[in-house]
Amino acid sequence: MIRMKETKRTRSLITFFLSALIVLLTLWLLQRLLVPKYAADVVEGALVAEYYQEENKDFDVIFVGDCEVYENFSPVTLWEEYGIHSYIRGSAQQYIWQSYYLLEDTLRYHTPQVVIFNVQSMQFSQAQNEAYNRMTLEGMEWSGSKVKSILASMTEEEQFLDYVFPILRYHTRWSELTGDDVRYLFQSRPVSHNGYYMRVDVKPAENVPGGQILADYSFGERAWDYLERMVQLCQAHDIQLILIKAPSLYPYWYPEWEAQIEDFARERDLPYLNFLELTEETGIDYSTDTYDAGLHMNLSGAEKLSDYMGKILREEYGVPDRRGDPQLDRIWADNLAAYEAEQQAQYECYGMTPQQEGG
Amino acid sequence: MLFTSYEFLGFLVVLFILYYALPSRAQWPLLLAASYLFYGCADPSYLLYILATTGTTYGAARFIQKNADRQRAYLKAHKQALSREEQQAYKARQKAIRRRWLVGGLLIGLGNLAVVKYTNFVISNLNGILSALGQGEPLSFVTLAMPMGISFYTFQAVGYLVDVYRGTVTAEKNPFRVALFLAFFPQLVQGPISRYGELSQTLYAPHPFSARRVARGLQRMLWGYFKKLVIADRLLPAILVLTGDSAAYSGAYVLVGMFFYTVNLYADFTGGIDITIGIAEAMGITLPENFHRPYFSKSLKEYWRRWHMTMSFWFRDYVFYPVSTSSFMWKLTKFCRSRLGSQVGRRVPVYLSSFLVWLATGVWHGASWNFIVWGLGNFAILMISEELEPLYARFHRRFYVDGALWYKVFQVGRTFLLVSALKLFDCYACVGETFRAFGSIFTAGNWHIFWDGSLLGLGLTLTDYGVLAASTLLVVCVSLAQRAGSVRDAIHSRPYPVRFALWYALFLAVLLMGAYGIGYDASQFIYNRF
Repeated sequence: MIRMKETKRTRSLITFFLSALIVLLTLWLLQRLLVPKYAADVVEGALVAEYYQEENKDFDVIFVGDCEVYENFSPVTLWEEYGIHSYIRGSAQQYIWQSYYLLEDTLRYHTPQVVIFNVQSMQFSQAQNEAYNRMTLEGMEWSGSKVKSILASMTEEEQFLDYVFPILRYHTRWSELTGDDVRYLFQSRPVSHNGYYMRVDVKPAENVPGGQILADYSFGERAWDYLERMVQLCQAHDIQLILIKAPSLYPYWYPEWEAQIEDFARERDLPYLNFLELTEETGIDYSTDTYDAGLHMNLSGAEKLSDYMGKILREEYGVPDRRGDPQLDRIWADNLAAYEAEQQAQYECYGMTPQQEGG
Repeated sequence: MLFTSYEFLGFLVVLFILYYALPSRAQWPLLLAASYLFYGCADPSYLLYILATTGTTYGAARFIQKNADRQRAYLKAHKQALSREEQQAYKARQKAIRRRWLVGGLLIGLGNLAVVKYTNFVISNLNGILSALGQGEPLSFVTLAMPMGISFYTFQAVGYLVDVYRGTVTAEKNPFRVALFLAFFPQLVQGPISRYGELSQTLYAPHPFSARRVARGLQRMLWGYFKKLVIADRLLPAILVLTGDSAAYSGAYVLVGMFFYTVNLYADFTGGIDITIGIAEAMGITLPENFHRPYFSKSLKEYWRRWHMTMSFWFRDYVFYPVSTSSFMWKLTKFCRSRLGSQVGRRVPVYLSSFLVWLATGVWHGASWNFIVWGLGNFAILMISEELEPLYARFHRRFYVDGALWYKVFQVGRTFLLVSALKLFDCYACVGETFRAFGSIFTAGNWHIFWDGSLLGLGLTLTDYGVLAASTLLVVCVSLAQRAGSVRDAIHSRPYPVRFALWYALFLAVLLMGAYGIGYDASQFIYNRF
């Protein structure tokens, strides 16, 4: 009798655990299937996650910011020209608090010598859009920084649980699944080159709209708070923070905004480079170096900016030339090959020759 | 905390764990604390209203009970000393005292409800009259909180008080138990309207953990979530479009909106009740059923015995019977019989009581003329049906249609159409607009919307229509299967892999096809607003 009871209990336990296993496994698979893969379109959503795949994260230079960093600087050029080992932790419309927490997250892996932050995001004190939040936050590995970044970013309609279990957010995608969702079910496709999103096509900047009159040109308190925290974080880790404003002609960069950043940089003794005012020094030509009429640089523009930035990093901040390190040489050789292959593929795609681009 | 929110699900998980982890004597106090937490989360000020109702109901019921006990003791002690007449006189005096307490309790409870729910409706009508007379400044509307579910707990309080007065239940001595009876969170906001005599049997009893019972409760909840999230909330955007602009969406669109709303209301309300009953069941508490496959009714009379049953029975027991058996009605019946004959005299009290019940039902549903006309519309159809009953019977006998399947289907279809048409009063802003919209079905002639793709412009995609069709079909099939008994019992009798597959498939259907999260407005259950 007792043995029968024990057998029944064992059977019940096995049934329970098997059922739980089936549930967990199917839910995990479904979640993998339903989350966007950012492999073919809107590849910006894949940028943040790619960082964790890097074999050697001992980067000397880290860029943080929005599209004005991940489309305007090429780490491959920095390596090729100066041997600078760098990475861009950029994402679409990355808010300053997200930049701060991405930097905090980065410091879990290594401490760079220089951090370059693009100040365009100072204009926002609140998250504007859930889709952009997702593109930055989903790619982060789970850590205290990710939790804080989610809590700081969520719009009113968002729920923290949707980040923990993305299937709750993407449960309706079953009706719009594509081949990519199956193809990249378990493995993603690399879409960037150390965080750089490459575009080789050209669309000259013509008739760029000016700025509209704003009621208040002051940056928000929250933006200032996170900038201050970023400065302190860098100081605490003995990192040189460089503030930049990329040479994107739109969204409009107001003189009032410029003055506030200049004052802040002066007060905190931070270097600040406004590339909008350095077009002669960088050699940026808005008729050939942008692919979307001045919003972002194309490959030619990004390489020019990187070349200029690399010189400053080398000469003024002594960022070392890491060429000759066998591991890094091997990694960067692979990076370069992928870089050139994509360059070639894009030229073919757009029916261009390298000469037709600004280079 | 909406039933469909993550917060509510988290609240339930914590509650279930505590409920079965704590000693069983702590279960009902825990439920009271949880219920007040749930209600206070909606708006802390709501607690004041329910506390006031609880206090007055408890107090009045206790006074009535004490008086009844005292009367019993007195009569027992003085049985020999008092003549029959003296005993009758004493009883009458005591009954009058109890009646005063009852009326006082009812006035406070129902007055509370009337003030918060109907003050602005009265002001709006007074303003209309003043404006028509061209006199005076319009009265200002007042800002009053309309506590969620106040109609439900007020009705429970009234039922309890009347039952104590009638002596069918003994007044509860513990005020906290009365508080839980009125505030039990699953049923607090949309019913079912429970009777103290029934609910108290399981509400305060200890409930040791039972995996089977918890599983059954969760299954019932899952079915409710399926109806609410997959059907009701998916349909809602289209209904809002269709009824938001009656000029743009007239004719065939009204017909579409009418059917959409009928399905939506069923899925929303029965889904909510399934969740409610499921939660209670998982904790060992039995709540009354509120629906019995209402859309399979063959007449409006039958429909009202199967739709929102606890409300219908409440009105029957606490309005219809007291009114129709009141001394005034006896006098009226007598008067009518003597003046108008026995046929008419017999009908007068029934029809007058029914009229009052339907007027009250309409008013209970909402402070607007739409609901009043809706209630009286139901009354008119029911009374006409009643009068035509002999004619129907003759027709049935003459054409041998009684019992024929095709005729049953016809009756069900006819009742469904009738009920759907009456529900239109829920959808539009005023009575005139409702009639205009309904009339346009027959005059607009825009039937092309059914095949020219217009229906895809209502906020529903082809996928949505597919999901809605499949899930509605499933609900219909389950309803049909329920004729043979409980579907859950039928599933339970199957081998474990089959059971597991069926319930897990339902869970996945809710998870993947539910209208929740970003892109969907978390919508309150329709009956929460009553």
